[in-house]
Amino acid sequence: MLRIVVCIKQVPETQEVRLDPVTHTLKREGIAAIINPFDLYALEEGLRVKDAHGGTVTLLTMGPPQAEAALREALGFGADAAVLLSDQAFAGADTWATALTLARAIKKLGGADLIFCGKQAIDGDTAQVGPMLATILTMPYVAWARKLTWSEDGNLTVERLLDHGYDAVETSLPALVTVVKEINDPRVPSFKAKLKAKKEAIPVWGLADLNLSAREVGLSGSFTQVVKVFPPPARGTPEIWTGAPEELAARLWRRLKEQSQAQL
Amino acid sequence: MDYLLTEEQQMLQDLARQIAHERIKPIRAQLDEEEIFPWDVLADLAQADLCGTVIPEAYGGLELGCLENCLVLEALAEGCVGVATTYAASFLGAYPLLLYGTDAQKHRYLPPLARGEALAAFALTEPQAGSDAGAIQATAVKDGDFYVLNGAKQWITNAGEAEFYTVIALTDRSKGVRGASALMVEKNDPGISFGKKEKKMGIRASVTREVILEDCRIPADRLLGKPGLGFIITMKTLDLARPGAGALAVGLAQSAMDEAAAFAKERHQFGAPIFSFQAVQHLLANMATQIEAARALVYAVARHIDSKPKDYSKQGAMAKLFATDMAMQVTVDAVQVMGGHGYMREYPVEKMMRDAKILQIFEGTNQIMRNIIGLALNKEYSKKK
Repeated sequence: MLRIVVCIKQVPETQEVRLDPVTHTLKREGIAAIINPFDLYALEEGLRVKDAHGGTVTLLTMGPPQAEAALREALGFGADAAVLLSDQAFAGADTWATALTLARAIKKLGGADLIFCGKQAIDGDTAQVGPMLATILTMPYVAWARKLTWSEDGNLTVERLLDHGYDAVETSLPALVTVVKEINDPRVPSFKAKLKAKKEAIPVWGLADLNLSAREVGLSGSFTQVVKVFPPPARGTPEIWTGAPEELAARLWRRLKEQSQAQL
Repeated sequence: MDYLLTEEQQMLQDLARQIAHERIKPIRAQLDEEEIFPWDVLADLAQADLCGTVIPEAYGGLELGCLENCLVLEALAEGCVGVATTYAASFLGAYPLLLYGTDAQKHRYLPPLARGEALAAFALTEPQAGSDAGAIQATAVKDGDFYVLNGAKQWITNAGEAEFYTVIALTDRSKGVRGASALMVEKNDPGISFGKKEKKMGIRASVTREVILEDCRIPADRLLGKPGLGFIITMKTLDLARPGAGALAVGLAQSAMDEAAAFAKERHQFGAPIFSFQAVQHLLANMATQIEAARALVYAVARHIDSKPKDYSKQGAMAKLFATDMAMQVTVDAVQVMGGHGYMREYPVEKMMRDAKILQIFEGTNQIMRNIIGLALNKEYSKKK
């Protein structure tokens, strides 16, 4: 029986993310919330592993009380259970404090054989929580998974989508996998699961439930703090060169030399 | 408008809408253009549990009523009436079983339908028997523990793709209409074959083929109800299905309205959006009013049917007649609002206009609907004397 955990995040629907001018964290009030789109692919992959090999899929999210809606929506796709991690003390958490909180919850669940996350959330875009969570749980992780295959000895071979092509890595379980959109085509929700999800009791775990102190979580447990937020400067006009590699390398060398001289 | 739907009904409607907008709309032009049967969408509908809406829970369905069926059909028709017709036609094939099947018959056919693993089809029409359904010539002759079927059924939706066919055939030729019976024929039975895929004006994602029965030998326990009930089963089946045809019309018309209104906001002529012109507003106002009236009638009739009245032929015919005539007019007007753009296949309303026409024809033409309503009125007013 595989114990599968899928971590999801509720994110603002709008592309125009607003920031709190004081804390520099995301402002969520007054904006429609959705499940982070990459997390739906993580959920689908979790459900596919369950469909093929049996097991349970448990959803986990950390967020304000309204994040419960994201869990109910995700339950409508057929996950077995959901837990909401919510506490005033969790507010303002960076990726580390978030990962630590999730890790403690997974321990409280009794551990997991396979954890799925989206490759990153579309609001913060850090792509760090998954890998940090695996690190805290001392299990291997594979990021940017675009395909999973099982070997006969129960190991998992994961194709990772890279900038130019892919590579394949093999891992034993337990492991954490973050997925890209190429991995699957998420199913539609099921009416029976939605009916069940509506009535499902979703436990809410806070600081005390996870044996954590206020210093370890939220803003105070965060190693990083956002000091400034600004739009990235516009890039220059890109050039695309074609030709033989030797020729291109020589051309690039000349260009770099010219530019460094110009700066002197 | 608030139709006082329950939370469950709204959830069902939202789910069907989600499928229509996310899974059907993006591919509907391709399905239409290339005449592709929508197996992928049917798989989504199965995953969503929507293949079992009206099938009892004992057979794996959701055991919902006529109103819920209409809500789903309306939502799916907002995506594509070709796809929605495919889905609806399977229920048309299943209604005779739901109404007259034995427990054993239901156990054999309903669970795979509810799971979306199989489709059903209803085979009544013949080359010489369209509106005059009583003129069917197909026969089912008893031979020991078997029936042997011969004849040809024309323009059968889902034919060739469906696993199960409810065939109306004469078990007693001498009795005419009273000698008709309903029998379940399976795709793999010996002696059943299918004609070529018909080329249609609209609803091109759905398939229409001839069902040919040549010494098609089936076990006698495939008979639904009793011998001679075929015509009654047919009428009851169509009565039950007709609000659904009305719901398809409402969804289609709403979708055409939405396209036309959005276009009218964007399109500028004489220095202003065409929406600001009274000529266009009056067209849109008529469309919106007619759609709302049809929706209200379809829901009211569906609720009436769900209250289990003894007879609802008249109301079912009214819902089908009014809503499908409305959809024809609204889709024609949607093209008019959009002008030359509306006529181009690049925009979806020309397809909607082509799709609308069949709604006035199938499941009983709208002329037959008026006959049914007239007949019922005649009876009602005779009693009142």
